[in-house]
Amino acid sequence: MEYLQIVWFALWGLLWAVYFMLDGFVLGTGILYNFIGKDDNEKRVIINTVGPVWNGNEVWLITAGGATFAAFPTTYALMFSYLYTALLLLLFALIIRGVCFEFRGKSDNPRWKSVWDKAILVSSFLIALLFGVAFGNIFRGLPMDAGGYHGSLFTLLNPYGLVTGILFVCLFTMHGALYLSLKTTDDLRERARATAGTIWGILLTVAVMFLVYTYFATKLFDNYISSPVLFVLPLIAVAGLVGIKVFYAKGYLFRSFISSCVTILFVCFTGIAGLFPNLIPSNLDTNYSMTIYNSSSSFLTLSIMTVVALTFVPIVIAYKIWVYRVFREPVTVKEILTDTEAY
Amino acid sequence: MDVLTLSRLQFAITSAFHFIFVPLTLGLSILIAYMEWQYVRTNDEMWLRMTKFWGKLFLINFALGIVTGITMEFQFGMNWAEYSKYVGDIFGAPLAVEATVAFFLESVFIGVWIFGWNKISKRMHAWSFTIVAFATNLSALWILLANGWMQNPVGARLTQIVNNPLISQRAEMADFLAVLTNPSGWLKFFHTTLSGYVVAAFFVMGISAWHILRNNELRFFKLSFKAAAVFGLSACLLVILTGDFHGVNIAKTQPTKLAALEAIWDTQKGAGISLITIPDEANRRNAVEILTIPKLASLLSYRDPNAVIKGLNDFPKDEIPPVSATFYSFRIMSVLGIVMFFIAAFATYVSRKENIEDYKGLLKVAVWSIPLPYLAGQLGWIVAEVGRQPWIVYGMLKTKDAVSRSVDVTQVFISLICFTLLYGSLGVVDIYLLSKYGKQGPTELFVKKEA
Repeated sequence: MEYLQIVWFALWGLLWAVYFMLDGFVLGTGILYNFIGKDDNEKRVIINTVGPVWNGNEVWLITAGGATFAAFPTTYALMFSYLYTALLLLLFALIIRGVCFEFRGKSDNPRWKSVWDKAILVSSFLIALLFGVAFGNIFRGLPMDAGGYHGSLFTLLNPYGLVTGILFVCLFTMHGALYLSLKTTDDLRERARATAGTIWGILLTVAVMFLVYTYFATKLFDNYISSPVLFVLPLIAVAGLVGIKVFYAKGYLFRSFISSCVTILFVCFTGIAGLFPNLIPSNLDTNYSMTIYNSSSSFLTLSIMTVVALTFVPIVIAYKIWVYRVFREPVTVKEILTDTEAY
Repeated sequence: MDVLTLSRLQFAITSAFHFIFVPLTLGLSILIAYMEWQYVRTNDEMWLRMTKFWGKLFLINFALGIVTGITMEFQFGMNWAEYSKYVGDIFGAPLAVEATVAFFLESVFIGVWIFGWNKISKRMHAWSFTIVAFATNLSALWILLANGWMQNPVGARLTQIVNNPLISQRAEMADFLAVLTNPSGWLKFFHTTLSGYVVAAFFVMGISAWHILRNNELRFFKLSFKAAAVFGLSACLLVILTGDFHGVNIAKTQPTKLAALEAIWDTQKGAGISLITIPDEANRRNAVEILTIPKLASLLSYRDPNAVIKGLNDFPKDEIPPVSATFYSFRIMSVLGIVMFFIAAFATYVSRKENIEDYKGLLKVAVWSIPLPYLAGQLGWIVAEVGRQPWIVYGMLKTKDAVSRSVDVTQVFISLICFTLLYGSLGVVDIYLLSKYGKQGPTELFVKKEA
């Protein structure tokens, strides 16, 4: 039983990390969209760079949520009800982001388009920020004890939660800027590339703040001190962060983007390894922490889910790689003006 | 109002809204896949234009189906935490499988289809949409297996959890195969997806009829009308058939729902169905019962004219559902089912003739019939969900014990208002876009594109 709980803890972390890596560049693209796209054609190009893949990327979130429900139902139930208002905001942002791309191009009225342009920015920013705030608070622990949950939306907006939120926003914006510099051409590409350079400095500052603050605000490092081998995770995250800049400076934008993927993945792994065996620690009474032991599904359910995940996730990855290959070329203004089906 | 009532209201509104978009997706995906394969096979540009025109309407609808679906996943945890804790060991699995097996396929290949017209071969492009159609229906299967389990909780074992401050007992998975082969789930799957095909068929027939009446693109819309009519007639027939089998299943698994949907108060041998019935819930009887067809209810639900149907008065008072809501929803749904069958049958007959445009009456009926299958679908869900009350999991967990304990009235009140406003605006935008593109027709769509 215990090894399955550990397997599902790892899968749980992996699903969230992959979701952030994949939706991260879509969210970052959404945050930058109004600033980098100077006219309607360029904005359309930006939408068409993420168009073919954003929907499939978001499913990692649905799967991460579904996996939480199936593997750790008690955590799923308590987390979603405790963080009710915050998740409601997140949900609305996801709903709005989810219709923007489809609806924006459906009318030529400039006011219509401008409404959706703003919606893309606000929803993408909010999703990035709120996920950061949520995970910051999970790292920090929630005020839970025998009396239930003792917090509100405002207790979540504590300084550490906000720093993690800003970290997520910076990570994703960086990621989106690099994605756009790979997937666009000409002036647009140059603007995206320059933006990535500017953001890197901000990201580095926030990342250092986050790391130091984590030491004081959370117990994540306890696991690292008891098993120092784990330090490899934050080290890879840092190497990724440095790699972004090194490759960027040499003009290897694809490698820089891959470094950005590595950074996001390993920032998540760093946090999640620090949580183990908690899914959500309590910062009032550790007896009420949600752990893999007190909130997991039964052995049978975990076994079934393991078979499903190990069979189907590789298939999903295989066809997603195929899709990224089909759409590997950058999107140009010329192309969207001639392609009748472009958004 | 308390948290329970508000949460129920919110779940009702958000799931009903979600189900405005889902059925069209289920059926229209199949029709469009058919059109695109016709194009691949015949190379006739007409089929390509049909694929693109109906595809446009499909996508507007699809976007809202996806986003309103996310709400459902969130709400189980947000508003129904006690439910999720209690049943998560069983109920979570089909939802997670749905995401992994079906939703990924659907979402990835819809992207390929929308943006891949010039990137992949014609055949591969048609396959993309075929995969979308398949995955959408597969997705429905997993969701309805989950819902079927709430109607008929098979394969579960009640387990006490010791030494755990977070949870004391729950239903655990005892037999996964039983959950997968649950007849309540499969019947629900066939009945629901087929009703989605009817929605799609009436949608395509209605819009086509609107254009035929105006002499727009006659060949285009006659072909569309014909494909939809045949599809709709077969679906109507099968919906009625599966609905009949579903009734037998309900008699076996949910006797209180059966009694409520037939408004049978007293236990009867050889129970009949009165064509005009008005239930009187306060006095626990029917105020009016006329034009009774004897033994019909027993015959339909037990395949035996003399079978005994247990009446509502013979169940504990706190275990029967709201009778009027269940009864009227079921009645109106059934009548609509029969009406739609006749419309589809007549439409199929007419669509085989060359001069569809001369049957103005039928065409007008077709336009006005677009909402009928939507309405029937919503009523069907009322029968399924209200008829299951007071249980959230039939015979196992009551709805009142399933609601989140940590959520307060203000939170749910605010979220309910926000959902109503957001969904209301999205609904307006969706109807605006659907009617704009639906009325515009394919001609404009392509002329504009070439400019």
